[in-house]
Amino acid sequence: MASSQKPAALIIGAGIAGIQAALDIASAGFPVVLVEREPSVGGRMSQLDKTFPTLDCSACILTPKMVDVGQHPLINLMTYSEVTAVKGEAGAFHVTVKKKPRYVDEDKCRGCGECATACRMTGRISDTFNQGLGKRAAVYVSFPQAVPLIYTVDPTTCLYLTRGVCGKTFKCKDACPSDAINFQQKEQLVELDVATIIVATGFDMMDPRQKPEFGYGMYPNVLTGLEFERLCSAAGPTGGKIVVNGQEPKQVVFIHCVGSRDPHTGVPYCSRICCMYTAKHAHLVRDKLPESQVTAFYMDVRAFGKGYEEFYDRVKHEHVLYRRGEPSEVYKRGDKLIVRAEDTLLRKSIEVEADLVVLATAVVPRADVAEVAAMLELERSPDGFFKEAHPKMRPIESSRPGIFIAGCDQGPKDIPDTVAQAKAAASSAMVALTRAASSAK
Amino acid sequence: MQVDTQELAERLSLFGCIQCGKCAGGCPVSMKTTLDVRFLIYEALIGQLPDPTHMEELWDCTCCFTCVERCPKDVKPAELIIGLRSLLVENGTIPKTVTDALQGIFRQGNPLGFAREQRADWADGLNIKAAQEGCELLYFVGCTPAYDLRVQPVSRALARTFQAAGLDYGTLGIEESCCGNEVRRVGEQGLFEMLVEEGKPLIESTHAKRMVTTSPHCMNTFKKEYGLSGVEVMHYTQLVAQLIADKNLEFSKKVEKKVTYHDPCFLGKQNHIFDEPRAILQSIPGVKFVEMDRSRERSLCCEGGGGRMWVEGTNMEERLAFQRVHQAADTGAQVLAVACPFCLLTLEDAVKVQKLDDRLQVMDIMELVNLAL
Repeated sequence: MASSQKPAALIIGAGIAGIQAALDIASAGFPVVLVEREPSVGGRMSQLDKTFPTLDCSACILTPKMVDVGQHPLINLMTYSEVTAVKGEAGAFHVTVKKKPRYVDEDKCRGCGECATACRMTGRISDTFNQGLGKRAAVYVSFPQAVPLIYTVDPTTCLYLTRGVCGKTFKCKDACPSDAINFQQKEQLVELDVATIIVATGFDMMDPRQKPEFGYGMYPNVLTGLEFERLCSAAGPTGGKIVVNGQEPKQVVFIHCVGSRDPHTGVPYCSRICCMYTAKHAHLVRDKLPESQVTAFYMDVRAFGKGYEEFYDRVKHEHVLYRRGEPSEVYKRGDKLIVRAEDTLLRKSIEVEADLVVLATAVVPRADVAEVAAMLELERSPDGFFKEAHPKMRPIESSRPGIFIAGCDQGPKDIPDTVAQAKAAASSAMVALTRAASSAK
Repeated sequence: MQVDTQELAERLSLFGCIQCGKCAGGCPVSMKTTLDVRFLIYEALIGQLPDPTHMEELWDCTCCFTCVERCPKDVKPAELIIGLRSLLVENGTIPKTVTDALQGIFRQGNPLGFAREQRADWADGLNIKAAQEGCELLYFVGCTPAYDLRVQPVSRALARTFQAAGLDYGTLGIEESCCGNEVRRVGEQGLFEMLVEEGKPLIESTHAKRMVTTSPHCMNTFKKEYGLSGVEVMHYTQLVAQLIADKNLEFSKKVEKKVTYHDPCFLGKQNHIFDEPRAILQSIPGVKFVEMDRSRERSLCCEGGGGRMWVEGTNMEERLAFQRVHQAADTGAQVLAVACPFCLLTLEDAVKVQKLDDRLQVMDIMELVNLAL
């Protein structure tokens, strides 16, 4: 039986949820179209350093799966592409995918990076993959393990694409040994027929400027948790060294629940991952900087997953000081940041000095969730995430028959829950695919 | 005295409190006094509030409302303090200086001990129209700007500015009474309601489209607690910034000074007016504007609000105003600009006590504007 005659599944988003669902469905023998808007698959998980509670290196457990989706004969990987329309109904969806021009010929590029070294903008463009902590060129791969390992010219920063001129010759074009740079590339629209769809578009982190009392954006040594991940990562901008303002911090303060559990920031819910990623961050600081003092301010510690409470215990034994009280303000005194809080167990207001403050910011829906929901005709729950058909009995199905949801686009969750939900979505999708296959006979 | 804590907890919706400590953690006086509003809420919830007549620290609260602004659960911690103060008012066990201020307001319409007949003396020679005859803009002067000799120049500068901009404005003259913002915050709910009952129809009778106040405290209560209809309430910084932006007010002189700005709690934190005062300062020719580290939402309270102009509170040695003027001086500024009469008085006093008066001058924004006109 030729696979091309079998009904196919579309998966939107190639983070760990989309990757896992794609691998499961393809392994069952159904073709999959995996669409990712970034130049590489991997999603948020590829930005993480270690993973709680086992401290597995995120890249080490993710990269093999990324490679698998890149090589699987039944997975049609469409990176740097976006779904723009979904017509039809369960069993017979008609989908339009916009393939954005990379200005790099995918068949020719060997991923050597000569173009990026040659680019006039090298070291001048804020590196979004590194949360702005590093710099890159206008032609780039997000990270060295990118799948596919194909360079992309950033249309918002490339001198030629923004100003129409880049010196006398194109440095990138001259440098490329395989003549892959192609500024003639145009956007393409690809039409697809699929029987079912899994939406796994992920999440964003709340901008902590919504909580101006913490001084984020004002002090360079107030970071978000995701920025701190990049600082810890061996593949990050500092090669894994925890360095801020050119120095190793001696006193590090973590603040839990920044934006979460707070209806004023639009996040009335618990973001579920912050307690554990903060415990992991605290561990990393103690591990990498044994002389450091680490304080974590919390209001409740929610260590509910398998091995989580045990990890929290471990981190406390590593001399991470947990103090109960949600800090109210961060300000400066001399060279130090001051974290002002009430230690509610002491019943006393305190000032704690810090060289680095890390904010455990809330998990929020993607910034463009409203447009994506409208395009896919999906309902959202009051928290802004995609709504499931029934919160208990049909947690994988969306409000539109034939479309399933997986991962953090349905609500905040950790990696184990994301993978489990992705496998559940794959299972539901395979039911739909099997039904479509038998009705076609 | 007995406190019905259940009634308090119900009325103030304390049950949503998660005891996170963000309120007390951000409370400007909590480092220097025993006041812990988070713990008070807990005591109220479990029905074990101590007798408030023995809680001297209840008078430490400046009603800056940092706790209310930052509470993630809408508990409004400061309202518990106001609620407890109101029990003390009913019980008649309040500091004598507060009683004197309240009696002054009841008898003469101001807390400062002056006669009502003197209320418009600040405006002698300015030929200000009586708003009762009708005007587009009602200027609500306020008690301290009307009577206090240090603040009167601010009111006069405002009046001159309105004249320079050609506005059709008037005041309530000697009929103007205290707005009651601090009255409500020291817990005298009855007197506050009386002031609203008398003040609201008086203000509405002018048919002014806009009302501008000198003090952010007056603006706050008019905006949020009076239920005024047909009149837009604004602080003078909003109006003056607009006049400048629309080129209805032009400066002819330079003020060659390095200036920093202190955000008043009732203007900034509580009403989110941060940009207009800065816009005015930056538009004055010659002014070099610098920010303090603690600015905008993180501004440090001067301790003049919530009735604190009438009662010292505990630990008067460590005034927040002392810290604040040092923060201002550390920026190298020659002028600490304010936009609130209470901030003007508390900070100017602190500059003198801290012997910074050879380096730092406290001025209201309107005084700087007046120098440039």
